[in-house]
Amino acid sequence: MTATTGPATEHSASARAADVEPIIEVSHLTRRFTSKRSETVALDDVSLAVLPGEFVTIAGPSGCGKSTLLKIIAGLTLATEGDVRLYGRAVTGPQREIGFAFQRSALLEWRGVRKNILLQAEMRGMDRRRAEERADHLIELTGLTGFEKALPHELSGGMQQRVALCRALLHEPRVLLMDEPFGALDALTREQMNIEMNRIWRETGTTVVLVTHSVPEAVYLGSRIVVMSPRPGRIVETLEPGLPERREYGPTLTDPRFTAAAERLRDLLGASHAPE
Amino acid sequence: MVTTQEARPTTPSSPRSRPPAQPSGGPTAGSRALALLADSWRPAAVLLALFALWWFVAWRELVPAYLVPSPGAVAETMAAEWPMLLEHTWVTTLETIVGFVLAAVIGVAAAVLLVYSRTAEKSLYPLILFAQVIPKIAIAPILVVWFGFGMTPKIVLAVLIAFFPVVVSAVAGLRSVDPELLEMSATMGASRWKTFRKIRFPGALPQLMSGLKVAVTLAVVGAVVGEFVGADRGLGYVLLLASGNLDAPLLFADLILMSLIGVVLFVLVEVLERLLIPWHASRRGNLALATV
Repeated sequence: MTATTGPATEHSASARAADVEPIIEVSHLTRRFTSKRSETVALDDVSLAVLPGEFVTIAGPSGCGKSTLLKIIAGLTLATEGDVRLYGRAVTGPQREIGFAFQRSALLEWRGVRKNILLQAEMRGMDRRRAEERADHLIELTGLTGFEKALPHELSGGMQQRVALCRALLHEPRVLLMDEPFGALDALTREQMNIEMNRIWRETGTTVVLVTHSVPEAVYLGSRIVVMSPRPGRIVETLEPGLPERREYGPTLTDPRFTAAAERLRDLLGASHAPE
Repeated sequence: MVTTQEARPTTPSSPRSRPPAQPSGGPTAGSRALALLADSWRPAAVLLALFALWWFVAWRELVPAYLVPSPGAVAETMAAEWPMLLEHTWVTTLETIVGFVLAAVIGVAAAVLLVYSRTAEKSLYPLILFAQVIPKIAIAPILVVWFGFGMTPKIVLAVLIAFFPVVVSAVAGLRSVDPELLEMSATMGASRWKTFRKIRFPGALPQLMSGLKVAVTLAVVGAVVGEFVGADRGLGYVLLLASGNLDAPLLFADLILMSLIGVVLFVLVEVLERLLIPWHASRRGNLALATV
């Protein structure tokens, strides 16, 4: 089963790990869901190491278990077999030293934008004044100024996701896990969010793991792209296009390194769609 | 002259119930009141027509006066017996309110227990649902035997009747929480209590409030039925007396006051709802008329 993991993955990860300790380390992870009738293997022997400051995108077809992988890293779901380590410590339950952005924005509909962001501080018992300053800074950073009091249902989908992003960043987590955060947005808003996400990543230095099934999103955002197969989810290949961290959207899309990686990714995803 | 004075109490969409429909802030109160007026003239017109019919039937003596008294006679009785009626109205109101508040507190507490403890849910919830089959009104005589003729049996009956909608709506509300919100809370390292206070409970409020609105009207029924069975005070007691004396005007006056208790308490719960969950009301659009 280990054969399915591309040799490139193991190599590059271990080569880098020589000088920097990985911030997230997933080794030989398997997750099975058992119901009365059947057993489904969602993840099969997945190994992955994420280094501090990396932006790893996990791309794969729907239902390949990539969201499950993210939830296992966050400790929201447990692995059936294998090891997950975050900051060098084994993950055995929900992790609070992270920021998590959900597929749907998961906002409280009775709270305004600012109060939704500050929920993070209330739950963690952070210093109120510092949290408020930080919230205002993030509101400005994500262009939500003027909407501080707006309720979620008064916001567009893109703005809701920005609020969720601010909330996930409020406590300055070193690791940000994002589960298809822009999946529900229209193409144009999605592009804008991608551009902002790249900027926020550069400005905050946060380690990001983002799950997506969009090819351009995976390649534009990722410093490393992990490609997964359909169920049972395995890591098929890891791409490192070597694009600079700072990426202008238009020029990047026509950059040969981008197009090559995108084509390869599309091939892999397309190939994995085809019946075996 | 007398007639106009009377039309009010029975009209739910009368000017009395209007003020709470304009919460401060939001779209201008003036435009909202205007919209409410535009919406409420139809039911008001129907009510007025019914009232006119009543007046007509009594005036032409199509039905004997001891069966259907004229509106004027009812008004006269109400005016003449006002101090007595007021005292009994107060008794019934107090029983209703105490019963309702107890039902709300016990109901919410039970719902929390049911939602958080699998054991409690498995062993108690089926019984609570089953207990709903027992005609609670039939328990009233037993309650009188147990608690005597005072306020206690009426309050207990009001609690028993009003409890069910509170539990069911609170359980449904607490369960309806988006699992993603709970996961989010877990990544924030929030305690169970904080998760309950900041996520689960506020999220359950819309459903809980509709349960409370049903409960408050049922609490009136509980109190009145309790008074039927054994009491020396309260509108239920007066109703039985009036019925024994074939005093139709008093019967009608009494009935109007009972309905009024229900309407006023219902509106109060509505006001409470709007104060607690303005975010919900603002999404519902057409305010008071959606429920009244």
